[in-house]
Amino acid sequence: MSAESPLLAIVGNPNSGKTTIFNLLTGLRQKVGNYPGVTVEKKIGECYSQHGKKLRLIDLPGAYSLNARSPDEAVLRDVLLGRRADTPRPDRVVFIADAANLERNLYLLTQVLELGLPTVLVLNMMDIAEAKEWRIDVKKLAEELGVPVVPMQATSGTGFLELKAAISREDIPLPRWQSAPLPEEIRAALQTTRAELLLTGAVHDKTTLLEPLYLLSDHDPLHAGIKDTHLGQIQRGRDTLNAAYPGWEDELVAARYVEIEKVTAEVLKRPEQELPTLTQKLDAFLLHPIFGGITVLTFLVFLFYLIFKVAEGPMDWIDAGFGSLGAWVSELMPPGDLRDLIVEGAIAGVGGVVIFLPQILILFFFIGLMEDTGYMARLAFILDRLMSVVGLNGKAFIPFLSSYACAIPGVMATRTIDSPKDRLITILIAPLASCSARIPVYVLLISAFMPDTVSTLAKASIMVGLYALGTLGAFFFAWVLNKGVMRGSNAPMILEMPSYKMPALRSILLLVWQRARAFLVRAGTVIFGISILIWAASTYPKNHALNDQAAVIEQRITALEASADIAQVDAAKAELALVKSQHLAQSIAGRAGHLIEPAIKPLGYDWKIGIGLIGSFAAREVFVNTMSVVYAVQAEDDDLTPVRDRLRQEKRVDGSLVYTPLVCISLLVFYVFAMQCVSTMAIVKRETGSWGWMWFQLGFMTGTAYLLALGVYQIGSALGY
Amino acid sequence: MHAFSTLAQLPVGQSGFIQSMPIGRVGLTRLRELGLTPGAKVTMVRRAPLGEPIEITVRGSHLAMRNHEAADIAISLT
Repeated sequence: MSAESPLLAIVGNPNSGKTTIFNLLTGLRQKVGNYPGVTVEKKIGECYSQHGKKLRLIDLPGAYSLNARSPDEAVLRDVLLGRRADTPRPDRVVFIADAANLERNLYLLTQVLELGLPTVLVLNMMDIAEAKEWRIDVKKLAEELGVPVVPMQATSGTGFLELKAAISREDIPLPRWQSAPLPEEIRAALQTTRAELLLTGAVHDKTTLLEPLYLLSDHDPLHAGIKDTHLGQIQRGRDTLNAAYPGWEDELVAARYVEIEKVTAEVLKRPEQELPTLTQKLDAFLLHPIFGGITVLTFLVFLFYLIFKVAEGPMDWIDAGFGSLGAWVSELMPPGDLRDLIVEGAIAGVGGVVIFLPQILILFFFIGLMEDTGYMARLAFILDRLMSVVGLNGKAFIPFLSSYACAIPGVMATRTIDSPKDRLITILIAPLASCSARIPVYVLLISAFMPDTVSTLAKASIMVGLYALGTLGAFFFAWVLNKGVMRGSNAPMILEMPSYKMPALRSILLLVWQRARAFLVRAGTVIFGISILIWAASTYPKNHALNDQAAVIEQRITALEASADIAQVDAAKAELALVKSQHLAQSIAGRAGHLIEPAIKPLGYDWKIGIGLIGSFAAREVFVNTMSVVYAVQAEDDDLTPVRDRLRQEKRVDGSLVYTPLVCISLLVFYVFAMQCVSTMAIVKRETGSWGWMWFQLGFMTGTAYLLALGVYQIGSALGY
Repeated sequence: MHAFSTLAQLPVGQSGFIQSMPIGRVGLTRLRELGLTPGAKVTMVRRAPLGEPIEITVRGSHLAMRNHEAADIAISLT
């Protein structure tokens, strides 16, 4: 059984080519999930040894140190120490080191070697090390550390067979490496802590001093992997040690580097001055004060163009595809509730999710490409200063920018931000960027209140204003969340600038596929449910008199269409729309519209707009559709004119217009700020791992929308508009 | 006899040796773990177009950080 096959952990620094090697070894035989309770990706796969024996592989998160600074690093520490109930302690370790950055990589490696697991060291990116004219004595290194060493170049597959041979060995030796002993004071303190932690079961009884050591030096702000009940105890242990031995952590780091320097002096020969490698030459251009900025700008415009324009085609096909699927099912099934449920609830609902797939695929392909080549770090480097104005860092830029297309890929893209606090803030503000689903609503309302005589330019500038408003809102809330709401100091922005390398297309496509699947599964199930709910709310309770009336008119339309009497058909269609509108008014959604009317009246809205707002909860663009049903406008695909004309005529009981410019602006402001997208909420829940943040986001966004729309309408009314 | 004393002030293209850093600060401990320990040689590679962050190289790796952190790192030329 597979449970008995050995578990090999792939461990290494970020940018060491870890995942590329994991993919090389497992191919598509891998499963991606999450470690329970944290938003850290868990990748498990299988491969076969040279002798045909099954090996299990786990791609552990990239880390710089076992002194955890983030949930990623905490997961690595906990898996290697056997502290996670959901993941067995690995039997062997395959450590991937960047040969061109050997000294720094030895820091984590020596920490890992001390844990006493049989380890194979892979020296990846040997080509880059050679280009830098670094001479690495592989044999000597293997002797110094007491582990097998495999030089490799993962992007071209060089050394892969040797790696396979090395991990196929069943008798991988235990590493001989030993660091200098801990200073006596630290050792004594750790022994006390260990005894105390043993009492509460925070560590297991066979543990060495390393487990208490790494628990005391845990600086992960989320304390992933440490039970709340043990936190106080660990904090006390740290305080005691800090008081007795100030700067003990810094001293241990320095001591480790002294040991590492001894090793590198033996095995590594490098030129006195750093040679100008390809990376340095590229950076001279790509990070140039002027050309670098131009490159970033060109790149972003291109990305935006792809997401907005090129994705449009496939999105239309998906839309049309689900449309014809619905039509086909309609013809196949007898009329009735079940047919309506499937066509209008299920198919339309799933279609509404799948339509975002092209944008997600394009975005993640580009993110994968940027991460893999090393350009992502450069982008963050150039944009960091801009983002720091509102307290974010450069890595938040791409997720935020993506959110202008759709907040879902934007929120998913925040996984590249390593500071948990920055990541959370970016997730919380991302949906304030005006996404493409808001465009139909903006267009409809702008054209409703602006006479046709007004120039397109004026309309466009209102549109730009709405985008600017959302952006300012996002920056404002980023600033507020950063300063006030969120506890914990900002982790300093430290960015590694890896060497450029050729992208591994296979790994990128795999990443795109994994992200797309995560999106379809999570957003798909939730929005599927909500779509059915909203469909049901606008369908039930049934009014049989109205339904019978509608059926009669539908038959008449079919008959009239045969006779090709266009005027009569139009009249009958108008009649049908009216009946449907009456039916909606008495449905649960219609009643809910009445119910919330007192709350939205101060914003200038009536109960019919209320129905639109409720319908928009699943997805904003539903507003246009709902309003055309509410106002009994014959639905025409992609043509807003009939709805717009109807909005312009809509009057209150007292004869005044409903859609005054003021009401339209109030509505627009509401749509800029309100959280009305169940798919995004589902993804936020998934990515923050918490219902709390999802509700918080819904609350602060919709609350702001309400207050600002209220302000617009009340102040506008008071001023006489 | 030099016009600069912290990493943040090191001119582009110049190298220096880390003299001292404050102890017991989480962010600086991470920089130490990345190789910026007292005695290590650092070279200022460039500043970002907007003046920040800075890119430095230490022990063969390239790192970017903001002036805020770099200003805490004392540098000497020898």
